[in-house]
Amino acid sequence: MDIKDVPQDKRETTHASDIKKLMYAVGKDGQYTGVNYEGWEPENIVLAQTWEDIDENLKLVLAQVKAGELSPIAYFMHKSLMDTTLLASYAGKWKWQVKRHFKPSVFNSLSADMLEKYARIFNITVDELKNFGKGK
Amino acid sequence: MSNKEYKHFQHAHCESGVSSNLLKHEGIELSEPMAFGIGAGLFFGHLPFVKINGAPGTTYRIWPGAIVKRVASRLNIKIHSERFRDPAKAMKALDDVLAQGKPVGMLGSVFYLPYLPEAFRFHFNAHNFVAYGKEGRDYLISDPVMEIVTKIAPEDLVKARFAKGTPEPKGFMYYVTETPKEMDMRSAIEKGIKQMCYFMMAPPIPWFGNKGIFLLANQIKNYPRKLEPRRASLYLGNVIRMQEEIGTGGAGFRYLYAAFLQEAGQLLKNDELLKFSEELTKIGDNWRNFAYRAARIMKDRKSELVSYDELSDLLKQCGTDEKALFLRLQKIKL
Repeated sequence: MDIKDVPQDKRETTHASDIKKLMYAVGKDGQYTGVNYEGWEPENIVLAQTWEDIDENLKLVLAQVKAGELSPIAYFMHKSLMDTTLLASYAGKWKWQVKRHFKPSVFNSLSADMLEKYARIFNITVDELKNFGKGK
Repeated sequence: MSNKEYKHFQHAHCESGVSSNLLKHEGIELSEPMAFGIGAGLFFGHLPFVKINGAPGTTYRIWPGAIVKRVASRLNIKIHSERFRDPAKAMKALDDVLAQGKPVGMLGSVFYLPYLPEAFRFHFNAHNFVAYGKEGRDYLISDPVMEIVTKIAPEDLVKARFAKGTPEPKGFMYYVTETPKEMDMRSAIEKGIKQMCYFMMAPPIPWFGNKGIFLLANQIKNYPRKLEPRRASLYLGNVIRMQEEIGTGGAGFRYLYAAFLQEAGQLLKNDELLKFSEELTKIGDNWRNFAYRAARIMKDRKSELVSYDELSDLLKQCGTDEKALFLRLQKIKL
């Protein structure tokens, strides 16, 4: 690619994305050199769509937590961009156990240790975890 | 204790960038393209049955740690590398090396690096960066994809180094212990080229190397036939994201490798390498075109078969052109 063709398409994302990466391109003299670029439309589209999907999904999960169908664990798992496999390995549990913890009734009976563990994984306090979705 | 000031240079790809920066610190001028080429960083793999973040896994590079290791062995540089079970021991080991004034390369998850913009922070565990000192509790970080140096709190660093998932970094860290008086660049370049071609052309299984590109092309053709539109779009998006987002996979790697072939050609005064470089640049443009078209499909939320068919053909063309190039390149005598 020619240096003059290096795209500078600004990213428009709802999440911070301000970084000027480097790519290699060919200058007038035919010499390869590193060039900073703001962004490239296809990259930006994919990035925006990835986040759109994540945010949409998160909204659905939030509604289910508020409706008492899912526990806060499900919400924070999605918020942390994890799936049950990844969360299970962080929690040191089996996948089916983590899935059980999505049930509000099971969540309410979790031990203090387990709650502490989840809170640490999600980088929040135990209170935030326990009281999430209540009120409002 | 060496008090030499660490200098940060921005690069296109993390592991070749870290290799270049660590070596520069030791007084060895090795550009990022050279590190990428000698380390035979270019690779391809597509594993439809391994799901990462809900989509089939695609990789455009050799496994983490391989570039550093190969560069070191081909240039007779001694590098100490280590993995850990215990996070506390891993942080202590890091502190000890930093106290000697040595910059340390590390593997970690992008998700736990708060200095990166949020939109890029996914659970991607094979990111390389350098710690070059401490300021109070914080670690001074030189991340090759960033324009400038930055800092990270120990709590975040330990999370990044001990992230779970695939692959697990397990606190992997590495630093230069000994540099040679002389280096045989000719032999290192030749070995790097031959190995890359071998890894691309030799695997007899469909998932790896050049064959994997054709496998992916066939899979893409079937996405709209087998998957509901949303999932087809998600799978496609993941291919492009792995290609262009995280560490400049597809086209970016072709340009990076073309830059290596050019630099090698000029160093060794070999016109053949220069021609290969130009050829690969054109192939890189085609990879870019593939990404461009894929993103259009996603944006327009198209799911008709014909657009996926076209896309599959574009990718096959990349695979065919590369096959022709690598088969000739692997016979080169330097």
